[in-house]
Amino acid sequence: MAIKERLSGNEAVANAMRQINPDVMPAYPITPSTEIPQYFTTFVSNGQVDTVFVPVESEHSAMSACIGSEAAGARTITATSSAGLALMWEVLNVAASDRLPICLALVNRALSGPININCDHSDAMGARNTGWIQLFAENNQEAYDNMVQAYRIAEHPDVMLPIIVCQDGFITSHAVENITLLEDQVVKDFVGEYEPEHYLLKDGESIAYGPYAVTNYVMEARRAQMQGLRNAKQVCIDIGKEFGQISGREYGLFEEYRMEDAEYAMVIMGSAAGTAKDAVDALRDKGVKAGILKIRLFRPFPAEEIAEALKDVKYLAIMDRTEDFETNCGPLGSEIKSALFNKNLRPLTLNYCYGLGGRDVTVESLTSVFEDLFEVEKTGDLGEVYRYLSVRE
Amino acid sequence: MKDLIEIRWHGRGGQGAKTAALLLADVAFGTGMYVQGFPEYGPERMGAPITAYNRLSANPIRVHSNIYEPDYVVVVDETLLDSVGVTDGLKEDGAIVINTAKPKEEIIPKLKGYQGRVYTIDARKISIEALGKYFPNSPMLAAIVKVTGVMDEEKFLESMRKSYNHKFASRPEVIEGNMKALFLALEEVH
Repeated sequence: MAIKERLSGNEAVANAMRQINPDVMPAYPITPSTEIPQYFTTFVSNGQVDTVFVPVESEHSAMSACIGSEAAGARTITATSSAGLALMWEVLNVAASDRLPICLALVNRALSGPININCDHSDAMGARNTGWIQLFAENNQEAYDNMVQAYRIAEHPDVMLPIIVCQDGFITSHAVENITLLEDQVVKDFVGEYEPEHYLLKDGESIAYGPYAVTNYVMEARRAQMQGLRNAKQVCIDIGKEFGQISGREYGLFEEYRMEDAEYAMVIMGSAAGTAKDAVDALRDKGVKAGILKIRLFRPFPAEEIAEALKDVKYLAIMDRTEDFETNCGPLGSEIKSALFNKNLRPLTLNYCYGLGGRDVTVESLTSVFEDLFEVEKTGDLGEVYRYLSVRE
Repeated sequence: MKDLIEIRWHGRGGQGAKTAALLLADVAFGTGMYVQGFPEYGPERMGAPITAYNRLSANPIRVHSNIYEPDYVVVVDETLLDSVGVTDGLKEDGAIVINTAKPKEEIIPKLKGYQGRVYTIDARKISIEALGKYFPNSPMLAAIVKVTGVMDEEKFLESMRKSYNHKFASRPEVIEGNMKALFLALEEVH
């Protein structure tokens, strides 16, 4: 029996962790993810999990402890936000290249500066090319569901890579919403025991993690790592289907909302996708063929599938919740345009930077993006291809 | 009842406006509704103006923005009337509920010509009488439940008792006081 609940996003993710009962959690607190280790340590104290909680003195140490623990053969988890993830950056690369399927709950928050505690995706985007898998969530339900699926993707023998499960800081992490939880045993059966093929504490096997590689081996190691990340795409689809069988909520690489005959489309990630759906419904009521493509799996990037989903779109808006200082596009803008280019697709495309530092994203502001697309259609002129939404100039 | 009810809370850091919004989400969930309860975070400090929000609906809620045109506004601290635009965007067919000991005639001139319904409640008096201390959030919660009619009062009280039993499991002595604050507030908001 599914359990009807109302939880904040942080409570939801902490409860998924309780149900998973990982072996080790090293963590260092940072707003807005602090509640996750806070709730989890209560589960540890109450004996609801038998996880070893390792308090550390920084996020660099948290991720380093994750690497040691996971290499030893223990299923390991942590949580962080913003500057915490940035401080982990050096060792994020080590975790991925050592093929360690660590799980990290990321509660998205702006990177400094100006210093700010609210949501944008600059932390996740800063780590997007460290070799980690990245999943994004629209609401508390998806943050919970993604956490339940995370180890099945990361620990898959074809993948063996660490995974970041994102949710939007405060917007979902601190908002109480309705949610449907799975029973503890259903989650435990779905996630299963962690039985890695190789690990440091394995009897009768000697193995080294993270040794120096001479020039003769680095490219092969990178090529093999890239293949693992590529494989994560199919695994994500398979696990998303299997999750659908236990929950009634099937997941794929992305969600297509009213895209069947869409001429105007918006590509977006995270909590603003729900707001965008309300905007699209209102436009559809007026007869406008508008749709949303909401990305769930950002790394590995499902380029071919997204290009296929957008092939009949005439006017496209790509929404980046980060300023990456590429100066002519954001990271999602760059990925999507590259994906379309490879398929010889040329919809008239605008790329927006939006929602930085928690700047509110409303039905009205997202509707104005579609209105910009109507203007492009009318004039045939793209104007500025990289724009800021809701900014005072 | 309308399909979607949107409520904005104005308080000061430390008064429990956020907690009240989360409790309202809790009790509305208990009656089978779809709910959102969320705070708007700025620099966190005691006494600074804070805002919190509720959406309550019979249908799933997808929007994740703040609320600019609320159906109802709750003002937990009347000193905010001079500094915060508490009636901004407030619908004329909605209502505002203000925690004050003053008569309505003194309060209405501060509401920038708001034409909708105005309710007042002396949450300080109720809280001191029921709890011996000033915690305005329980009386304000009961007041907004009464004003919105979002749920049956009996169901509300029953649900709140469950909530308090859980919340104050380690301090059962404060449960009756909080329940009394709710009873009094349901009577005294007008």
